[in-house]
Amino acid sequence: MMGIVQTGLHQLAAATLWFPLKPTAASSIAENVDLLYYFLTALTLFFTALIFGTIFVFMIKYRRRTPDEIPPDTKTHMALELTWTIIPTLICVVIFVWASWLYVRNSVPPASATEMFVVGKQWMWHIQHPEGVREINELHVPVGTPIKLTMTSEDVIHDFYIPVFRVKHDVTPGRYSSIWFEATEKGTYHLFCAQYCGTDHAEMIGWVYVMSPQEYANWLAMSAGTPSMAQDGERLFNQLGCASCHAADNSGRGPSLVGIYGTEQRMKSGDLKLVDETFVRQSIVNPNSIALPNYAPIMPTFQGQVSEEQVLQLIAYVKSLAGEERTSNSK
Amino acid sequence: MSTATLDIHAHDAPLPSGERKNYLNVDHSVKSWLLTYDHKRIAILYLISITLMFFVGGLFAVLMRVHLIEPQGFLVAPENYNKLFTMHGVIMVFSFLVPSIPATLGNFLVPMMIGARDLAFPKLNLMSWYIYVIGAAFTLYSVISGGVDTGWTFYTPYSSSFAHTQVVPTAIGVFITGFSSILTGLNFIVTIHKMRAPGLNWFRLPLFIWAMYATSVIFILGTPVIAVTMFLLGLERLLHIGIFDPAIGGDPILFQHLFWFYSHPAVYIMILPGMGVMSELITAFSRKRIFGYTFVAFSSLAIAVISFLVWGHHMFVTGQSVYAGLIFSVLSFLVAIPSAIKVFNWTATLYKGSISYEAPMLYALGFIGLFTMGGLTGLFLASLATDVHLNGTYFIVAHFHYIMVGGAVMAYLGGLHFWWPKITGRLYPDAWARFAALVIFVGFNLTFFPQFVLGYLGMPRRYAVYPLEFQTLNVMSSAGASILGIGYLIPLIYLIWSFKYGPSAGPNPWGAKGLEWTTPSPPPTENFPTIPVVTEQAYDYAQTTGMVEHG
Amino acid sequence: MADSAVHNAHAHPPGFAHQFETMDQQRESATMGMWVFLVTEILFFGGLFGSYIVYRALYHDSFEIGSNLLNIKFGAVNTIVLIGSSLTMALAIHAAQAGKKAREQMMWLLLTILLGAIFLALKFTFEWTADYHEHLIPGFGFVVRPEWGAAGPHVPIFFCFYFFMTGLHATHMIVGIPILFVMTWMASRNKFNADYNAPLENTGLYWHFVDIVWIFLFPLLYLVGGRWGTH
Repeated sequence: MMGIVQTGLHQLAAATLWFPLKPTAASSIAENVDLLYYFLTALTLFFTALIFGTIFVFMIKYRRRTPDEIPPDTKTHMALELTWTIIPTLICVVIFVWASWLYVRNSVPPASATEMFVVGKQWMWHIQHPEGVREINELHVPVGTPIKLTMTSEDVIHDFYIPVFRVKHDVTPGRYSSIWFEATEKGTYHLFCAQYCGTDHAEMIGWVYVMSPQEYANWLAMSAGTPSMAQDGERLFNQLGCASCHAADNSGRGPSLVGIYGTEQRMKSGDLKLVDETFVRQSIVNPNSIALPNYAPIMPTFQGQVSEEQVLQLIAYVKSLAGEERTSNSK
Repeated sequence: MSTATLDIHAHDAPLPSGERKNYLNVDHSVKSWLLTYDHKRIAILYLISITLMFFVGGLFAVLMRVHLIEPQGFLVAPENYNKLFTMHGVIMVFSFLVPSIPATLGNFLVPMMIGARDLAFPKLNLMSWYIYVIGAAFTLYSVISGGVDTGWTFYTPYSSSFAHTQVVPTAIGVFITGFSSILTGLNFIVTIHKMRAPGLNWFRLPLFIWAMYATSVIFILGTPVIAVTMFLLGLERLLHIGIFDPAIGGDPILFQHLFWFYSHPAVYIMILPGMGVMSELITAFSRKRIFGYTFVAFSSLAIAVISFLVWGHHMFVTGQSVYAGLIFSVLSFLVAIPSAIKVFNWTATLYKGSISYEAPMLYALGFIGLFTMGGLTGLFLASLATDVHLNGTYFIVAHFHYIMVGGAVMAYLGGLHFWWPKITGRLYPDAWARFAALVIFVGFNLTFFPQFVLGYLGMPRRYAVYPLEFQTLNVMSSAGASILGIGYLIPLIYLIWSFKYGPSAGPNPWGAKGLEWTTPSPPPTENFPTIPVVTEQAYDYAQTTGMVEHG
Repeated sequence: MADSAVHNAHAHPPGFAHQFETMDQQRESATMGMWVFLVTEILFFGGLFGSYIVYRALYHDSFEIGSNLLNIKFGAVNTIVLIGSSLTMALAIHAAQAGKKAREQMMWLLLTILLGAIFLALKFTFEWTADYHEHLIPGFGFVVRPEWGAAGPHVPIFFCFYFFMTGLHATHMIVGIPILFVMTWMASRNKFNADYNAPLENTGLYWHFVDIVWIFLFPLLYLVGGRWGTH
């Protein structure tokens, strides 16, 4: 029923205006967000009309008729005050619960989501598929598949925004952020940077290509020879000398990384820490901030020697050692 | 029951020209203006400097809207566009909106409305104006020495480590201007507590005073934090310590927390005084007591308190936890309720009133409608699910301009027109004033309503160039801006004209209630020859006895 | 009525400001004004304390190293000096309120100034000069020492906060000392007595506040380095 209402509104808008009122709804959450938006719009129009209308009526009905007219006093009406305090409060509660429920539900990606990686830098988006394909300012995704984007910035704060999916998140240097979406409509859509980041902020835009799963597989296959992220990571692991300390059989001066991703490790302080993307990144750029019980703090930092994209490749490699390598075909 | 009197003969003696002495003509020398302790003269000094800054900031807005007629921009290079929106924001927020009503109308009216001769600390008042001027000078210096392009929000690490523009002078300007606000707030709080006329208890105060009091609470609690934030930003930029730059161990999100801890309450600094003006205008032009006085009074305090608890709603997409998001969201809904209460009470005040439509009332009615829209669009942003889509887009720009321009600036103009006869002793041409109010209303809506649509369509803010499909709405918005600009020029002209050529105003041209209307127009320097004794409620139009007694 | 008005106008004591109606109103307003001002100062320092706490949590080890490098002897002596100056300040106010002679009031005020000056001298000419020579001032030749190990790169953040917070505190003292001189001058002109001593009281409020800020700064900066804990 709601769908009919929405379509009807959309048709009405399209018929009467020469510009659209909302972007295409191209993700699994978009229509739900739009529904909330329509409700809020209706609420706004209703109360604006109510207030403006009441004022208009009063303006005419109670206009001053003689220059020294003094109208009689009106008493304050407690019941009325309470009514127009309680009703807006209840409306706010409804909106809060609705919006928060949508938000909380959308905050956790499905476990089966395909991962992709985004690095923002002035003034372009670098995107990496785990299979190894890289894109600049373009994102190819299959329709009907949940996609999780793990993102960071090389320099200043950016913001990754795809209006048709109704998703957006700041991309901050020094930390990872993630969003997820499931595209529902094939097409070509805008990708914007939505956090001012300097001179060419307005040029930091691109395109999202939503394709059928077959088309996407074909597109990936076009770059069949490209090393996957995990393979790139392995190459870096050896090139940078990580393998000499982090030998797989624990014979090196550092711990073996086999099977370590996704586990909880005990720190010197006694706390347990989850080995996730952030943890691995921290071990690379600020290793001695992680105090392990049986290891001396002698690992050198690689900050400045590896780009954020290379860090993501190393993380992919470490993940693969735990058997968690993801491809676009895994569900 | 009256208290000490001054030598009224000396103050009331006519000038050689035969004119009655008032605060304007008592001394015409420049020195008497620049070294005045009179709160009314200081209000005029502020009025002049704030108007100047308004038109500078407004000029930048005009340039931006002209540039945005073309999707690829045609007026300025992107780096200069970025400077325009930054400086427009910095000047409008810190040098215009924050001080506007408090430093002009507040300074003039607070002592008069409570039956005092001046504020508690007249010298601090003068100092606050000089501090404002120095702060504005730093800001203007950064404009003419190349400009700043970080956005008025100065997010790090762009502003601390990447920008090549005049960040430090601008930060200094903001830092200094903040102290002007702190002194004004301090002055108002002590004055309202300690210098009310006999019989004027808290619940007989005009609601404008309640609004000034609530605003002053925010001034003194919030402004020091922006001062510290600007200081840390300056240090980081000069010394590269690593406070906010993650590359050297700092936390850019900490900057955002510190910045918004002030800047959210700051937006309530910008609207609460306007709400105070509203209560005065609605009652005066419907000749009725305000409906729900206690509710309106306490709602001002509630807004001031809750405003400190919602800053995180500017940071829903930064990566703060879901729980933090939920808490800030619910509190943001809560802060909307007192504003709604005010709007309903103002509307109810009109019921069975005797309503007239001079310019101040037109501004007041425009405020109510536009503030309602602006406030309700805030709900879209307090809602987590929709804020994700709308943050960083033109929807936000439209939302805050509805409140700041459709609300605060219209209230400022309405108040200026209402009290103009009292301040200057002159009447302005009301026909022109009503015309200008209408032009401003139409121009404003045409400028900013399309921006709501642009926002939901996905056009991000702070874009020097944009995709072609957004052009129609942008052109509409720019057309509206040209009308709005003309609308603002009209009052500038006739108000200045009226200063010399307007007919003389009597003490109370509107027939309004309030202690300020019992004085001559313009008032004498000491405001009241004898301190009045107050025995009636605020806005007591219906009661014809129990008027203010003079000793 | 005009005659009585003229008569009344001269009935107020010296120092009376005419925006007020009575001396009581003036005194209460001045005191309230000072308290409101101190509230803004709490927020001003509060923002810094808040940031300090965040970074201390993030970089615990670096902050420990930094704190241990501070000269606790100077810090402790300065604390005693400053508390002493609050005592002399209170005694000055007491002298005025008890109607003691101007000479006694001035003596306590001058002692307050002296102690304040000693605080600043110890801080600037001894502590900070030593810090400069040891390359511990960020932005002025700070050197990260190898023995700090992995926590080294973030030690400058500690010192940044140290110098900013104590510098801001010292600025407040530098502002306070001329005010104390003005008070001393006023006392020398016999302005203060049991009936009128509001400026002294309010100066005292300000000075005590500056002292209290130091009482928070000293442990937070100098003492939390685990000097006496087990490592």
